[in-house]
Amino acid sequence: MEFDITKHSLTPKHTKLDSKEEEKFLEDTKYRKVHLPKVFLEDPSIQHLKPVVGDIIKIERKSPTAGVAYFYRVVSDE
Amino acid sequence: MKLPPKIKDDIKDATANLNVAQKKIVQDMVEKKYARMRVQAGECVGILSAESIGEPGTQMTLNTFHFAGVAEMNVTVGLPRLIEILDGRKSISTPNMEVYLQPPYNKGKDIKKIANEIKEIKMSELISEISLNIADSSLELSLDKAILEDLELDSKTVKTLLTKKLKAGFKAELAEEFLIIVRLSEKTKDLKELYRLKETIKGVYVKGVKGVTQVLPIKKGDEFIIITAGSNFKAILKLDYVDPIRTVTNDIFQIEEVLGIEAARSAIINEAYKVIQEQGLNVDIRHLMLVADTMCVNGKVKGITRYGIIREKTSVLARASFETPLRHIFNAAKIGEEDVLNSVVENVMINQPVPIGTGLPGLVTKVK
Repeated sequence: MEFDITKHSLTPKHTKLDSKEEEKFLEDTKYRKVHLPKVFLEDPSIQHLKPVVGDIIKIERKSPTAGVAYFYRVVSDE
Repeated sequence: MKLPPKIKDDIKDATANLNVAQKKIVQDMVEKKYARMRVQAGECVGILSAESIGEPGTQMTLNTFHFAGVAEMNVTVGLPRLIEILDGRKSISTPNMEVYLQPPYNKGKDIKKIANEIKEIKMSELISEISLNIADSSLELSLDKAILEDLELDSKTVKTLLTKKLKAGFKAELAEEFLIIVRLSEKTKDLKELYRLKETIKGVYVKGVKGVTQVLPIKKGDEFIIITAGSNFKAILKLDYVDPIRTVTNDIFQIEEVLGIEAARSAIINEAYKVIQEQGLNVDIRHLMLVADTMCVNGKVKGITRYGIIREKTSVLARASFETPLRHIFNAAKIGEEDVLNSVVENVMINQPVPIGTGLPGLVTKVK
């Protein structure tokens, strides 16, 4: 039986920003992609999103201090 | 001011009995307080974290060996474990898993059978005696009948298993019901070979989850879980009777491999926090979250060592100030590396204001 790892209690929810959201995010935060933390292209938790290098992945972390915290990683292959 | 969801919920709970005007007052006060309590720009949070984890760390017991819970399972705790986590060690000293089970097994159904199925069985456990027949160049393996029955195996399957695992040139055959004879081929009648064969046979994998050396069913809350010594996260998640959602291991690299970097980050926080709580110390979880974030920022878990996150630093002087300074400086000189003096340590070295706190902002003047 193959287990869907995105359902594991340790894995937070990952979503891919579409081009509009991505533009808005970079505009709002004034970040550049090189400054964002990375996630590898082969990372098991994003395989279902079919990522390509340069995509921004939005992560919905459950935080003990803030309830929900959003975190962003850029897909990288190095 | 945008409050985090958890604080919003807390306000809602606390003000349930108040009227609208009062609620508004509370809301305003919380917002004001929250704004004041936020970390200011330029605050050196890394140093605060280091001190906040390091100081209680000095009070931890150095007692590595501790028996967790009920029976004789050995788990590294205290300072050695914390060092292990923060260093990002690839192989940890006492890997173990907490295996949750699907209903109805979590209520105790077949718990012993399941535990036995998870445990890795090697050939040496089935054999009660190995005798070496030098004249005949053969090994006589007497199998333990009780253990075989316990594991629901029979001599025939053991024999086929042996034949499959052994190299060509050896022959295994069933002489009596619980006696297997392994012969060397005609060409290699070497005594040394026979001794080597004995060790190989002992290590042959029979059944179970590879890497799990010990199993221990215990009751946690109102359900049964199985604690294992040795960890094989990937294999355990595939078993039918295991609840894959809650099952965890304490091996952070196995989590990274199977679940990805974000899960590894949560695992680092959980494991480090567990150590600190076990020791009865009080460290704010935010410090651990910062450390875990730093370790995971590049997409792979990097320890806080000279091979891990220190290597990732862009400044030569900052790297040199940690460990092995000469090597870093020589290497930088060889390839002509540049240091833009953006961070703290290098500015301390050359006696300039450091870019933290009030040293962070530059002065902008409007020239008329």
